[in-house]
Amino acid sequence: MAHQANQRPLSFYLLSSLMAALLVFLYAPMVCVYILSFQGPDGGMSFPMVGWSTHWFEVLFRGTGGQGMGDVPGSFRRSMRLAAFVSVLSMVIAVSAGMAYRRSFPGANFVFYSAITSMVLPGIFVGFGIALTFNLLGWQINWFSSGIGAQLTWSLPFGLLIMFIVLGRFNPAYEEAATDLGANASQRFRMVILPIILPGVIGIFVSSITSSYEESARTQLNVGLGNTMPMEVTGLLTGSSTPVLFAIGTMTTLVMFVFILGAVALMGSMARRRAARPDS
Amino acid sequence: MQLKKRDAPEMTPEIPSDEPRLRQVTKGHRFDVELVALTKAYNAKTLAVDAISLRIPRASYCCLLGPSGCGKTTTLRMLAGHETVTDGAIRIHDEEITHRAPIDRGTSMMFQDYALFPHLTALENVAFSLKVRQVPRKEREAQAREYLELVQMDHLANRLPNQLSGGQQQRVALARSLITRPKVLLLDEPLSALDPFLRTRMRAELKRIQKELGITFVHVTHSQEEALALSDVMVVMNDAKIMQAAPAREIFETPANAFVARFIGGHNVIGRDGKTISVRADRCRIGTGPGLNSIAGEVTMVEYHGPFVQVSVCGEGNTDLTAMMSDAAYFEESPRIGSKVALSWEPAVEHVLGPEAVAFLAK
Repeated sequence: MAHQANQRPLSFYLLSSLMAALLVFLYAPMVCVYILSFQGPDGGMSFPMVGWSTHWFEVLFRGTGGQGMGDVPGSFRRSMRLAAFVSVLSMVIAVSAGMAYRRSFPGANFVFYSAITSMVLPGIFVGFGIALTFNLLGWQINWFSSGIGAQLTWSLPFGLLIMFIVLGRFNPAYEEAATDLGANASQRFRMVILPIILPGVIGIFVSSITSSYEESARTQLNVGLGNTMPMEVTGLLTGSSTPVLFAIGTMTTLVMFVFILGAVALMGSMARRRAARPDS
Repeated sequence: MQLKKRDAPEMTPEIPSDEPRLRQVTKGHRFDVELVALTKAYNAKTLAVDAISLRIPRASYCCLLGPSGCGKTTTLRMLAGHETVTDGAIRIHDEEITHRAPIDRGTSMMFQDYALFPHLTALENVAFSLKVRQVPRKEREAQAREYLELVQMDHLANRLPNQLSGGQQQRVALARSLITRPKVLLLDEPLSALDPFLRTRMRAELKRIQKELGITFVHVTHSQEEALALSDVMVVMNDAKIMQAAPAREIFETPANAFVARFIGGHNVIGRDGKTISVRADRCRIGTGPGLNSIAGEVTMVEYHGPFVQVSVCGEGNTDLTAMMSDAAYFEESPRIGSKVALSWEPAVEHVLGPEAVAFLAK
C-alpha cells in the first residue's frame, strides 16, 4: 500500500488541494458563526472574542426574551410544525406522482414541465401571488392553508425529481415478477415497490424538511400570524442584535446535522441489512 | 444428503426422487400449449409476432430459438400474460387463457435477470406467492423450504439475493416460479447471465427438473447449442414467424429452409441446379473422390478443435463453406490456408431446402 501511495501522480495532490480549498470556501463562513456563538457576555457581533462563554446559549434556552432575542422558541415551533406537514405531504404527493408517471397519460409532459418551472420562478413573486389570490377570494391566509401551499411550490418539485430518478432506475421486471406470482396492485406497491424505493422516499422526506425550514421568500407573505425561523432571524439581524443570533445558527446546524445523519444512518442500515443478513 | 448439500451445493444436481406430490395432476389433454395464429402488432406496420401457430405436446421441453428481434421473447411474454395479444389465441391444457391475468393462466415466468426481490431473503422470495394469498407464515415457510430443497438451496434460505452467486440466484428464481405449481414454466434466456461452465451444468439441471416435474418448459434462447441440447420440441423463429418447429434432431438433419440451416450452424448452404441444398459440415471433406459432389475453393481458415478440425473454404461465387473433419482425416491431407482445394460430399447427404416463407407445425 505504501508503495502505491508513493506512486500518486502530481495531479492527485493538485486536485486534493483544490477540493480542500472548496471545503474551506464552503464552511469557513459557518465556522466564524460557530466560534462567535461562544462570545463572552460582554462581547459583540464581530471579532475579537471578548472571553469565551456559553452565555448566549443560556439566553437562547432561557427563552425569556431580551438581549436581542425575539420569540425564537415560538418561531422554531412554527417552523417545525410547518416542516413536518410539508415533508409528509411532499413525500406522499411525490411518490403518487412518480407512480403515475410510470405510465404515460395525456398531458404528462405539460404537468412535468409546470412542476419544474415552479422551481425557477422567483419565490418572492410566487408568495406574493398566493397571498394576492387569497386576498382576492376573501380567504384568510394561515399557516395550514396558504403557508403549506406556498412551501409545497418549493419542496414538491425537488421531491418529484428525486422520485423520477428513483423510479427511472426501478427494474420493471420486479413488478412483473410480483404480478406473475399473483400479487394485486396494492400488494405490488406495499410488498415490492415501496420497500425497494424506500431510501429515495426517505431522501424526499429529509430534503423537504430542510427546504421547508429554510424557506422564507414564499413563506413570509403566506404564513399568517407569527414568524417562522428564517423570518425571525432576518428580523433579529436588521434590529439591534447580540451574539444570540450565532447561538441560533450553531443550534440550527446541530439540529440539521442530527436530522441528516439520522437519515443517512437509517438508509445505511437498510443497505447493510440487504448486504449482510446472517446465515441460518 | 445433508452433508453433500452443504459442502458442494452446485455439484449435486440430483433431484430427490421421493417427491411425488410436486408432480402435476395429469389430465386428458393432448397438448400442454397451443398457439393459434398468435399475433402481436405494435402498430399497423410493425408485427412483432405474425400469426404463429404451434402445438407443444405434453411434458415437453420446448426451446424458442432465433436471432434477436425475431419475436421469441414477445411470444413468451404473451404466453405469460405480460404482453397483450393482438390477435389469435393461446390454449393451455385445452383451456383458452388468451386474455387471463398472469396468475390465472397456469403459467409462471422466470425472468432473464431473475428479478428476485432484493429486500427479501431467498426463503421470503420463494414464499412470496403464498404470502400474497395469505397462507399462514408457518405453512408458507415450510412449503418454500421444500421447494428450496428441490433446487438444493435450502442451506442458503436466509441469504438476500445479492449475497448469492448467479447460479444460486437462478435456483431461487426457479423455486419461486415452481411453487406456484405452473402447468407451463416459461424461461426467458435463463442461462445467458451465467459463465459457460455453470451454463452447461444448469442446463442439465433444468432438463432434469423438467423431467422430474413432468410439466412443459418453454425456454427462450439465442444459443443453438443450448436449444439442441435441451429441446424435445425446437422452434426456430425469424422475422416474427416460425421457420420450423420440430424435434431437435429433425431440425438439424432436415432444416426446412436456408435460414434454419444457416442459423442452426454446422451446415453448408449451396445453390445447385436451381435448387438450394444443405450439406452438413461434418459430412464434408477436403479432397475429391469417385462419386462425390464437390466445389472448388480456397482455404481461408483452419481451426483445430481437438477431436475435429474446422476448415473454412471460400468456394465458387464467394460462398463460405465449412468442412468439419476428424483430426485424423485432416492431418492426412493437412491443407494450409491459401491452398486450392475441393470440398466434397456424398450426393446422398444433400438435403433440399424449402422456401423460407413456409411455416411448419409440430406434429
